[in-house]
Amino acid sequence: MVQYTPSHFDASFAALSDVTRRGVLEQLARADASISDLAEKFQMTLTGMKKHVGVLEMAGLVTTEKVGRVRTCKLGVCRLEEEAAWIERYRQLWDARFSELDKVLEEMKRKEKAHGRRKKK
Amino acid sequence: MDAGRKSEPVNESTTAERKSGRELVIRRSFNAPARIVFEAWTRPELFTRWWAPKSTGMSILSCEMDVRVGGKYRLVFGHGGSESAFYGTYLEVTPASRLVWTNEEGGDNGPVTTLVLEEKGGRTLLTLSELHPSKESLDENLGVVEGLRETFGQLDELLVDLGASVGR
Repeated sequence: MVQYTPSHFDASFAALSDVTRRGVLEQLARADASISDLAEKFQMTLTGMKKHVGVLEMAGLVTTEKVGRVRTCKLGVCRLEEEAAWIERYRQLWDARFSELDKVLEEMKRKEKAHGRRKKK
Repeated sequence: MDAGRKSEPVNESTTAERKSGRELVIRRSFNAPARIVFEAWTRPELFTRWWAPKSTGMSILSCEMDVRVGGKYRLVFGHGGSESAFYGTYLEVTPASRLVWTNEEGGDNGPVTTLVLEEKGGRTLLTLSELHPSKESLDENLGVVEGLRETFGQLDELLVDLGASVGR
């Protein structure tokens, strides 16, 4: 009933366009890791790694969870984001239908008006 | 008389909200009286003109509606070369204000849809609520589960490709 909107995957592919981020995904496919683990492994500052992880997170490819002072990253899709994306697609489907319905209603109103006028004569 | 009021922009955006684990609600306002909106929803020759806009990739092949309590509807549509049908039973019919129907294509325990029309000053606020028997059923319907599976599938493929390109 619903079709895939490309935007979600565009974000995924943009996230994958960077060699470090691909490396991070590969790393996380083997085991979960904290941001500092990843920063160390890729010889990068904590801030730099946070940015990369942020991009992966936005694309829905990685989820993070903070326990105490450590933020752990794992491969996966954020359920909430996924759900929001699907609700948005459902909304777009109805929005498209309602735009067409507007046209039908306008025509019905016009016809009714014309009919009413004829009746009065 | 009051030209300023007449040209007031009308908010006609569609909103969608998951109201609870089991309920999904769509809202939209229309510039027409409720009885006309109701008619466009219950007469096949009108309904088929708006229900499957081009962007959905669907086309309606047939549409039957027996709009009375206990009456059935059946909507057959084509989608990318294959045919599917939506069908069910009308549970409540109150002209110009309320229509409730079951969705039986997915089995006995499908969602129940309620259409409510509220007219105010010649405009109509439409609320479409889809109530599922359980949270799991709505999840499944929203494609959350399928979406997860699909995304993981794509991710698996990508990782295989990446592994290959790294030359392991």
